Amino acid sequence: MKKRLWRIIIGGVVLLGAALLPINNPWVNLGLFIISYIIVGGDVVLMALRNIIKGNVFDENFLMSLATIGAFFVGEYPEAVAVMLFYQVGELFQSYAVAQSRKSISSLMDIRPDYANVKRGDEIATVDPEEVQIGDVILIKPGEKVPLDGKVIEGNSMLDTTALTGESVPREIETGDDILSGCINMNGVLTVKVTKEFGESTVSKILDLVENASSKKSNSERFITRFARYYTPIVVIIAVVLAFAPPLLIKGQEFSDWIYRALSFLVVSCPCALVISIPLSFFGGIGGASKKGILVKGSNYLEALAQTEIVVFDKTGTLTKGVFTVQEVKPQNISKEELLELAAFAESYSNHPISLSLKNAYGKDIDNTRIANVEEVSGHGVVAEIDGKSVAVGNAKLMDKQNVSYSKEELIGTVVHVAADHQYMGYILIADELKPDAKKAIQDLKSAGIKELVMLTGDNKIVADKVAKELGIDKVYSELLPTNKVEKLEEIFHSKSQKGKLSFVGDGINDAPVLARADIGMAMGGLGSDAAIEAADIVIMTDEPSKIATAMKISKKTLTIANQNTMFAIGIKIIVLILSALGFATMWAAVFADVGVTVIAIINSFRALNVKKL
Amino acid sequence: MKKTFRLEGLGCANCAAKMEREINKLDGVQSATVNFMTTKMVLECEDDKLETIVPAAEKIIKKIEPSVTMKKA
Repeated sequence: MKKRLWRIIIGGVVLLGAALLPINNPWVNLGLFIISYIIVGGDVVLMALRNIIKGNVFDENFLMSLATIGAFFVGEYPEAVAVMLFYQVGELFQSYAVAQSRKSISSLMDIRPDYANVKRGDEIATVDPEEVQIGDVILIKPGEKVPLDGKVIEGNSMLDTTALTGESVPREIETGDDILSGCINMNGVLTVKVTKEFGESTVSKILDLVENASSKKSNSERFITRFARYYTPIVVIIAVVLAFAPPLLIKGQEFSDWIYRALSFLVVSCPCALVISIPLSFFGGIGGASKKGILVKGSNYLEALAQTEIVVFDKTGTLTKGVFTVQEVKPQNISKEELLELAAFAESYSNHPISLSLKNAYGKDIDNTRIANVEEVSGHGVVAEIDGKSVAVGNAKLMDKQNVSYSKEELIGTVVHVAADHQYMGYILIADELKPDAKKAIQDLKSAGIKELVMLTGDNKIVADKVAKELGIDKVYSELLPTNKVEKLEEIFHSKSQKGKLSFVGDGINDAPVLARADIGMAMGGLGSDAAIEAADIVIMTDEPSKIATAMKISKKTLTIANQNTMFAIGIKIIVLILSALGFATMWAAVFADVGVTVIAIINSFRALNVKKL
Repeated sequence: MKKTFRLEGLGCANCAAKMEREINKLDGVQSATVNFMTTKMVLECEDDKLETIVPAAEKIIKKIEPSVTMKKA
């Protein structure tokens, strides 16, 4: 690139000399112009000749050579050289811009680990991650990338998962935890037993996905490559007609004038700006999305996302956490802590999800010496002796059985009643919890112009309706079996318009058929879930449903940029073509319509990468 | 069979589109994509024809953009 820059500078100086120095001999003057032309554009002419020999006629080099040499013949020496100079400067800019965007994209891909420290006997060998096998033990030092998926067998540390999830808060990891490749180990030394080969590990899968995403082409890209195929030959044909028809048919028209106009046409006929601008925008959009922890498997999906009319959600694991937690503690005559303590103690021997949630809410160690005679009453609850008192913890049936009068309020979720010595102590409400950003997710989608939000769930009607009401979802279908979900989706398809798209958001577990049936299948919580990554078109690596709206914003922004580039490139080219046909535009304008437009389109595409504010 | 190649020196987006079009016409090629941004070509073809397809593809690439070298990735 440096050599090219020097050639442009030296050629430019010679050109200035030829144009400005008071040289009286016209031959010396022409000689200087030719020398500067050779310095600036010799390689372009050479390349053109070489390509012609290989049977490849209409390329950029040929068109530029023809246009500038033609300008020499019609006597426009300074312009011939200057246009070539300008073209070279543009090319230089263009290759710089392409190199920059390639670099910023490859920095996104910078999660590929270069090596792994494998423990072999007492020694530690540094090897290529591809050579590590399942069952090998590797050592990950602070600051190193986790090279392969595995299980921590020794040590604890904090992990930086930004590259995978877009989440900047570090994650804690300790012995026994699963660890994913692509994270960065921040402080402690970790010993990890490898559970997956490199090719199968998270980092390889993600890299593969993002790199191949742009091979699934968007419609706008298909349109533009097809357009480019016809555009160049048509413009060249018009140029030929323009050069010869008017001077031959109309009296008093000069050949040199019309040939000059035709030559400008040739310069504008290069399709590069068109062809580069669309895929570059999409590539930027996909790269930007992955910075936010959203993996898009193809340009076509990113394009379709912007046209979404209906979003269908799965409830459990998507809008709710899929984990039972204590929602409400309503004591009578005792404190909340005492009520929770009674419940947690009585349930301490059970591993039922409800018992676990009670113990979690209690949060303190359970003193087993205070508990005696635990008796599980199947389908009812537990009766146990705590501090000498007979404590019953369970559902309404258990209370009836114990002859305890209890609160009969209709509540959403599972109600756990507590009685001590046949005295009602109050109840604890346990339910699946909404994700903290679920409400924001729905609001964002509504303000993004989504026409209908639908929720599908296998859960009962009371719970489903309450969740929908709280979040502001338009339509709910509850008590569905997994197979019913596809049928319902088919039904919902009827209510969307021809052009609109339907997105389904699930957690990738049990809903693969629904994900596949929707126009765009999105899976949540992709990190660590192969099923989700496999089944969906768009994978949200974190558990946040609000990322759906973020993905849509990225999609819309990308599409806007792609459209801007298309309109701008085609528009400028057509305007310049018309102006040069009429004789108003110089060859300078033509070069701008070629390389200038390309550079501007590339710079505009860069914006797609910037997703910070979305 | 799916093979990936790196096209070093790929400098022109329209050329990439042309290469892709031409290589897709080769006998035995199921799909070929040339990605201008990652400078990678993914070739999917019938196993037994790979030996003739790879040199043919290389020839097409050299013809369209002589400065590009095709390398295994």
